[in-house]
Amino acid sequence: MADYQNIFTQIQVRGHVDHGVPLGPDNEDRYKITSFSHLFGRLGDAQIGPVYLGWTGLASLICGFFAIEIIGLNMMASVNWNPIEFVGTLPWLTLNPPGPEHGLSFFVPLQEGGWWLLAGFFLTASILLWWVRSYRRALALGLGTHICWAFAAAIWLYLVCGFIRPVMMGSWSEAVPFGIFTHLDWTNNFSLMYGNLFYNPFHMLSIVFLYGSALLFAMHGATILAVGRYGGEREIEQIYDRGTASERAALFWRWTMGFNASMESIHRWAWWFAILCPITGGIGILLTGTVVDNWFLWGLDNGFAAF
Amino acid sequence: MALLNYERKYRIRGGTLVGGDLFDFWVGPFYVGFFGVTTAFFAALGTALIFFGASQGDTWNPWLISIDPPDVSYGLALAPMMEGGLWQIITFCAIGAFGSWILREVEISRKLGMGFHVPFAFSFAVLAYVTLVVIRPVLMGAWGHGFPYGIMSHLDWVSNTGYMYGNFHYNPAHMIAITFFFTTTLALAMHGGLVLSATNPGKGKEVKTPEHENAFFRDFIGYSIGTLGIHRLGLFLALSAGFWSAVCIVISGPFYEGSWITWWDGWKNLPIWHMGDV
Repeated sequence: MADYQNIFTQIQVRGHVDHGVPLGPDNEDRYKITSFSHLFGRLGDAQIGPVYLGWTGLASLICGFFAIEIIGLNMMASVNWNPIEFVGTLPWLTLNPPGPEHGLSFFVPLQEGGWWLLAGFFLTASILLWWVRSYRRALALGLGTHICWAFAAAIWLYLVCGFIRPVMMGSWSEAVPFGIFTHLDWTNNFSLMYGNLFYNPFHMLSIVFLYGSALLFAMHGATILAVGRYGGEREIEQIYDRGTASERAALFWRWTMGFNASMESIHRWAWWFAILCPITGGIGILLTGTVVDNWFLWGLDNGFAAF
Repeated sequence: MALLNYERKYRIRGGTLVGGDLFDFWVGPFYVGFFGVTTAFFAALGTALIFFGASQGDTWNPWLISIDPPDVSYGLALAPMMEGGLWQIITFCAIGAFGSWILREVEISRKLGMGFHVPFAFSFAVLAYVTLVVIRPVLMGAWGHGFPYGIMSHLDWVSNTGYMYGNFHYNPAHMIAITFFFTTTLALAMHGGLVLSATNPGKGKEVKTPEHENAFFRDFIGYSIGTLGIHRLGLFLALSAGFWSAVCIVISGPFYEGSWITWWDGWKNLPIWHMGDV
């Protein structure tokens, strides 16, 4: 019973820094800022860095910096530039979108939501540039672009909340505020205003995929750790040359629930569950207020709700 | 027989916790074992009782069927069958089935020479369920605080219970749980995507290696946790999501009864923000 259970790495072997697979001629140099963290090495890889910046990375960071500055300075101004009050009331501070009287105008006075438009513009630019970066880094290493499309699914949900749905509703005021409690209030009011979002079938699906993702990662992570003594974490190798780690992992689930994935297909399950969470969630939000005004009444009409 | 081509050499005796060789056999792809028998017993009885309860209700609409817990006035006593007693027996069966399933996973892990990470992980899900239908109701003094077994009725319960505490989004443990759920999904997308991108680089291209995986994440965000570490991280994130979900509901009622919105006044009133006040 006193077996090694593969929870932490007990002995860390530290060699030279891995500077990474060489990049082709169309790339810039990597920033060779590297160090080792013993703590990180307990859980995973101890090496930190190097990192590739490139112009999309640089532009993305600059845009992200502008967005955070605009949001932070507006919050700061709302407490009369008092730093103690800023920290003390930070969870309540907010940068709100323009009021409904401004519709979809791009020319809103700064104090009435203009700053929100600017922050949103820079944040969106930052995120889209970071997407381009994910795509270019994958291609530079000759990898598939699966992560980029998963990232795109998350961006879809972000754009639905902050751009596509407000445009369809004809007003920026529909969008989400930048603020800790205010974005939670937005979420809560959104559900109350449209007849309880729990009755929105796409919200149901999104939650199923959210919980399903946690379930899958618990199952997959635990399975790979449990066959760690057979080299289960060498997944790529196991996909192309199945070894006893894969066989035991598969049989565990076959014997437990009568069905098993393969070393490759579990990652397809993982990817689909994870991306379907924001995809279905985005559909559910986009339909709310545009196509369906009250999800409870919609449920009554469609036979799944009752008084 | 549903036997995989490499399966026969793994189907050996041993590894059981209870019953020796008596239940050490398979039915189709399923391993049985002593705990397979108890799982089947509890699951069959519980499911049959759910169907029986549905037959006594006023609808066969699967969205609306609901087996409700007893009224709060019954406290922690046993209730008559049609007034929550069914819910109590079904809950007992569910816990019996889930507990058996954990121990069955332990036996299968032992048989395959694997670590116990999966039954350990599943215990967190069972803990979250037991928190909802046993721990919190017991702490609050009535089985009526458990949630009803029905598709829409359990959603209504979540909604109503949340608003009983003002606004559940302001519950700090709920914030932590949601953050872990979102982070788990993000990490799962990145892990699944990374393995698929290395093994499916496109037509005519050579399959890539873990060195490429490391290089991608270091180039992209400056750190790659590695092939082993990602599974530890994923397991930690997923279990934390379940754990903090249990915490966020068990503190609502037994340990805090007001509105979670006003709970944050405590933060606003911390002396440190007011040291400069005159």
